[in-house]
Amino acid sequence: MYNLIGAGLIVIGAGIGLGQIGGKAMEGIARQPEATGKIQTAMIIIAALLEGLAFGALFLGK
Amino acid sequence: MKIAQKTIKFLTIAMVAFFTATTFASGTDKKHDDQNDGGRVNTKEEVEAYILHHIKDSHDFSLFSYTGDNGERHHFGFPLPIILWTSEGLVTFMSSEFHHNDDGHVIVEKKGLKFAKVHSKIYELDQSASSISFDETHHPTNAHKVLDFSITKSVVGILFIGLLLLFWFSRLAKQYKTKKVPTGFARVLEPLVIYVRDEIAKPNIGEKHYRRFTGYLLTVFFFIWVLNLLGLTPFGFNVTGQLAVTACLAIFTLVIYTVSGTKGYWMHMVWMPGVPVLIRPVLAIIELAGALLIKPFSLLVRLFANISAGHIVVMSLIAIMFTLKESLGVVGATGLSLVLSFFITLIEVLVAFLQAYIFTMLSALFIGMAVEDHDEHH
Repeated sequence: MYNLIGAGLIVIGAGIGLGQIGGKAMEGIARQPEATGKIQTAMIIIAALLEGLAFGALFLGK
Repeated sequence: MKIAQKTIKFLTIAMVAFFTATTFASGTDKKHDDQNDGGRVNTKEEVEAYILHHIKDSHDFSLFSYTGDNGERHHFGFPLPIILWTSEGLVTFMSSEFHHNDDGHVIVEKKGLKFAKVHSKIYELDQSASSISFDETHHPTNAHKVLDFSITKSVVGILFIGLLLLFWFSRLAKQYKTKKVPTGFARVLEPLVIYVRDEIAKPNIGEKHYRRFTGYLLTVFFFIWVLNLLGLTPFGFNVTGQLAVTACLAIFTLVIYTVSGTKGYWMHMVWMPGVPVLIRPVLAIIELAGALLIKPFSLLVRLFANISAGHIVVMSLIAIMFTLKESLGVVGATGLSLVLSFFITLIEVLVAFLQAYIFTMLSALFIGMAVEDHDEHH
């Protein structure tokens, strides 16, 4: 029961984090369109690391 | 034009081989009474059981099955060889001897040993036992597991993709000997190879060392990508959604970046320079746990969870046509399921590429951290 709540909380946190990453990357691209490629790569790496954390929580909390 | 003709020819041969094999390999067995209460099957439970069965690896290559009018269950697929290492040495037989049974009722006797298959795991029964029995925690009381080297469905997928990649890339490599520009399907592969080299290996590992690791990165990229795509075909492979497969890939990356780590990398990990001495052991524990446990664990769980979740979502959306049949009607439920599963499958094609890219990218990043030069003082 509690592990499910914990996993849910982590997923909510990961969702907020993903939103932040995407939003900030958008802002960055809007300010400097010539850096789009670099920003996208960094965004995907950080999103992947965060996703790994969220999946790890789901996996352990199942 | 020539490529199209060749492709059509190959597809025709594949289809013919496929259908002849399936007709020979069809088998039947009695449907169990507990699944069938008064002619009605609990659709939701059956869908759930089917999806969970699909996610797991299996000992036979089953394509589809249905229940006939007389209550018999018909299975279509290929039997696959089962290879076991037991106390009596090597034991091999075909999975068809279990007659598609997965709850331990069918006992196969080989070399005086008795085997039963329960939830895709093969158990060796004790000499006195005639049927397998379980305690409350679902551990068998009169049987034990054996070392299982079977050619399971996932192994078939891996072997198939391995041979396919070997064929594609040896042809691509051979073409460079005679001409500057590759022709045919190799023209599709060349930009991808260059993409992995220039966009993944070079920026993350660095100009100096990237050549040593490009081979591994290319292998792992194409292996994961093509296996992910194979998982989207209706043959029902779920290879990159097996923990064993992703764990193995993550261990390859772990071994490569651990072995190729420079002196500076290890110094920064176990005895961080420029930090108060009392904090250094604490940092060492964190860094070692991060490099040896958390990095490979996040690699393996990410790939496994993404692909498994994708398969579950696609199959659940396909199952809408059965579960919502009563409230939406046959046409409505089928239409909804078709539209949703079509678009989610398109997203899964993107995810298949993205996960291969991320696995390769993070592997390159970890290798780059291990081999970079720590000349500067900070």
